Amino acid sequence: MTYRRLATAGLIMGLVTGPAIAAEPVKIGMITTLSTKAGYLGEDIRDGFRLAINQGEGKLGGIPVELLVDDDGRKPGKGKQIAERFIKSNGTKILTGIVFSNVAMAVVPKVTRDGVFYISPNAGPSRLAGKGCSKNYFNVAWQNDNLHEAAGQYVNDKQFKNVYLLAPNYPAGKDALAGFKRYYKGDVAGEVYTKLGQSDYAAELATLRAARPDAVFFFLPGGMGINFLKQYAQAGLNKSIPVFGPAFSFDERILKAVGSAALGVRNGSQWSHDLDNPANKSFVEAFRAAYGRTPTLYASQGYDAAHLIGSALAATGGKPEDMDGFRSALEKADFDSVRGNFRFGPNHHPIQDLYIREVIQTPEGSVTNRIETKVFTDHSDAYASECRM
Amino acid sequence: MLLILEQLVNGLQLGVMLFLMSAGLTLVFGIMQVINLAHGSFYMVGAYAAATVAQLTGSFLLGLLAALPAAAIVGMLVEAVVLRRLYDRDHLDQVLATFGLILFFNELTRMLWGRQPLFMDVPEWLSGTVEILPGAPYPSYRLAVIGVGILVAVFLYLLFTRTRLGMQIRAGASNREMVAALGVNIRFLYTLVFGLGAMLAGLAGVMAGPILAVEAGMGEEILILTFVVIVIGGVGSIRGALIAALLVGMVDTLGRVFLPGLFRLFLPMAEADGIGASLASMSVYILMAVILVWRPRGLFPEPA
Repeated sequence: MTYRRLATAGLIMGLVTGPAIAAEPVKIGMITTLSTKAGYLGEDIRDGFRLAINQGEGKLGGIPVELLVDDDGRKPGKGKQIAERFIKSNGTKILTGIVFSNVAMAVVPKVTRDGVFYISPNAGPSRLAGKGCSKNYFNVAWQNDNLHEAAGQYVNDKQFKNVYLLAPNYPAGKDALAGFKRYYKGDVAGEVYTKLGQSDYAAELATLRAARPDAVFFFLPGGMGINFLKQYAQAGLNKSIPVFGPAFSFDERILKAVGSAALGVRNGSQWSHDLDNPANKSFVEAFRAAYGRTPTLYASQGYDAAHLIGSALAATGGKPEDMDGFRSALEKADFDSVRGNFRFGPNHHPIQDLYIREVIQTPEGSVTNRIETKVFTDHSDAYASECRM
Repeated sequence: MLLILEQLVNGLQLGVMLFLMSAGLTLVFGIMQVINLAHGSFYMVGAYAAATVAQLTGSFLLGLLAALPAAAIVGMLVEAVVLRRLYDRDHLDQVLATFGLILFFNELTRMLWGRQPLFMDVPEWLSGTVEILPGAPYPSYRLAVIGVGILVAVFLYLLFTRTRLGMQIRAGASNREMVAALGVNIRFLYTLVFGLGAMLAGLAGVMAGPILAVEAGMGEEILILTFVVIVIGGVGSIRGALIAALLVGMVDTLGRVFLPGLFRLFLPMAEADGIGASLASMSVYILMAVILVWRPRGLFPEPA
């Protein structure tokens, strides 16, 4: 939202509600994962969100806000406790921040039933997009399958015929491969489910080489992906068999740890730091200036979540208690997303463009992502038709 | 056939890694009667120290040289500051204290290095692949890991059977009071043993650095398998640790590779993959259970 529109909105609201704009800031509760090895995801979501608040000098959409942050430690039970505390003791009407789908499934259905808004900056389990959707739940990131679908479509477009699939043996791993296969139509050279948290992939790589696939698609979030990529390169496979994956294994922080072993890998994403639009340019620049590192997709999602909330705060004069007004303001998604094209579908999940990024080396020698091509325009998700609000 | 051979080498390599970890732990466990859950933290210290120095100097060997004393010093500090107070206590107290140490070390690395996993590369001269058999290229770094493991096994064997220090350590294990009465500084000896164990874990961490993600909490992944190894091998026995580590490495690797295929012979593919993968991750524990039924004190129990 441009400054002028913001100012006009503020002015109109001022006329309607009178001069006594609430002195009390609107509280936003952020339940996120800051400890454990996955802590950097929550850290980036939080930092992206904070950046938006700091740029508004403590305000979102012209309304003063207070951000409460607590660490769920990746545990559903703890996430639930924090949500309860934010709602009961702090009187929060807006929650956000959850990184992992299992935590989201423990928190979201209950709080949205109890009349609290939940804006998801990351987790997008299929249930919340389909049968379990809620009018008070908005996902500003993606439905979990989306990034895998982008990779599937790209691999299919590039005429690969015999792809080897690899994911951890847990629900999100199986969903990932299902998402990939939704758009990939060729043969499957092998489908391997590894132990969650496995660190050594020598055995899998030997089997993979023996299966002679023409491409590899893998979903191994966090440290597992770092291990896999390093070992893949050490086995010399990166020279013969191209690798594809979702952006989760190729965010800027992972690339720093993997280094040149990731070069040439292509990954599906809804965002990249080199996306060419004014909102994104100023976001990436401000994020680098504030934190001294290149933002990840998680940071961009936190930033967008803050601006989405800001747009609804501006439209309602900072009154999330006015649930119908706040909800219809959220549905409009009237903010400048760093992704450019962005709107909500009927199930409150994004309709957005998806890209394939390539991992490249910059002239200065660092390893980073570059947008290669747009795979989907106005892409929705496979579960929207099951949603009845 | 080629694949089976390659997988055997993979199993050997995993076994060697586990041996480096479990040799130190079984020493501490067997000789000092202390349960040390924080052993994985020394592994992490080794990896972090090596990655940091290697990044600053660009030399893997300097990283290795820095990491070994770093892990040993941290180990001896932990022994002197925390564990020394726990020798006479219940095992449960030791578990509690050393579990606390895990949390402490993980948070400390996050404070010092941040949440960003560190980058550590294979040294240039080991970055290629070697054809162990025609048509089966194998990363030379992993072969180097196997070589280091064999060297450590030989070193430990010589240390314990051929040196005065080794003799004192073995004597201290069987009768602490008597050795002390003969004028050996048993307290110092324990600190030394602990430092040696920590250094071996640190060495495992350095070797793992270029293969795995160097990040806070990396030690816990390998720690569980390490405990399995020392229980199978017989607590306190280095020989047992060596045999058990290789056994566990083989069973884990071969299970992961061949179980799904085995189930595919008589089950539909999706189910076979699911059951095979699940059973493969259980295989090591099933092995442990079977061995404990057969030999309740492990394969090579130390005479108590």
